[in-house]
Amino acid sequence: MEELALHILDLLENALAAGARHILITIVEDEDRDQVTIEVQDDGRGMGPETLQKVLDPFYTTRTTRKVGLGLPLLQATAAQCGGKVALESRPGQGTRVAVTMKLSHPDLPPLGDMGATIATALSREEPVELVYYHRRGQKEFKFSSAWLQLHLGEVPLNCGPVLDWVQRYINKGLAELFGGEGK
Amino acid sequence: MIKSLEELQKIKETQLEAIRLREADQKAKIVVGMGTCGIAAGAREVMSAILDELGKRRLTNVAVTQTGCIGLCAQEPLVDVILPGKPRVTYGKVDANKARQIVAQHIVNGIVISEWVVNRGEE
Repeated sequence: MEELALHILDLLENALAAGARHILITIVEDEDRDQVTIEVQDDGRGMGPETLQKVLDPFYTTRTTRKVGLGLPLLQATAAQCGGKVALESRPGQGTRVAVTMKLSHPDLPPLGDMGATIATALSREEPVELVYYHRRGQKEFKFSSAWLQLHLGEVPLNCGPVLDWVQRYINKGLAELFGGEGK
Repeated sequence: MIKSLEELQKIKETQLEAIRLREADQKAKIVVGMGTCGIAAGAREVMSAILDELGKRRLTNVAVTQTGCIGLCAQEPLVDVILPGKPRVTYGKVDANKARQIVAQHIVNGIVISEWVVNRGEE
């Protein structure tokens, strides 16, 4: 995957497929410790220890449409090439937490990419999901909450073009400010 | 940020107007395949182009959703278009440019772009 945001989208798709109603995405960029941490936490159906052991194996998947499951193995490969690691925690019936930590200054660290498109894509669905995206970079932070947006919109659903297009631009604008105009 | 909120308010008003005008079941639907295979093939850019195109054209009567891998990984990114009362049409190997044309031709004008179709639902 060419962007961290695409890995994050893949994690969000896993969470949604697990029936999550609430998803929390946290990205913390810490220059002092030269570390970036990406965390996706959901309240989906979770996994038992046996399944959890297998999810990093590319030849394990719960899907019936194909025989390989590459999402988490690809994330692990990206983490490994950037001097980092993936931590997984899950409990059946409670949810899953995926945390990946990588070296911020590593030359092979993929760019963050289009987080606006990633969040808008995750929200393009009929079943409601409450999603919070929190991004901290040094002293500055950006936060987006789909519940806040829904409150503004009232009975208007989130999953229509004009709203999600707005979400995409809103998030990328917020992040551009976080990055002090130096782009994503 | 204040400007963004004003814009959001405008979108809300347009949407509410659209909701008042239409029957709930007469809604077109676009579904983008968003499995790992789709994402790696560029499905998010396709989704992004669709949202942008729908936003620009102020098309409020179109539901945008996604689905996981349906087993046609080699044809990803896949986009389904379902017009009210019409069978599902699945487009394969869609990119941002094709996605915009699908919105313009299929959603707006009701014309199926046959050469990109990989599957059609039952009549």
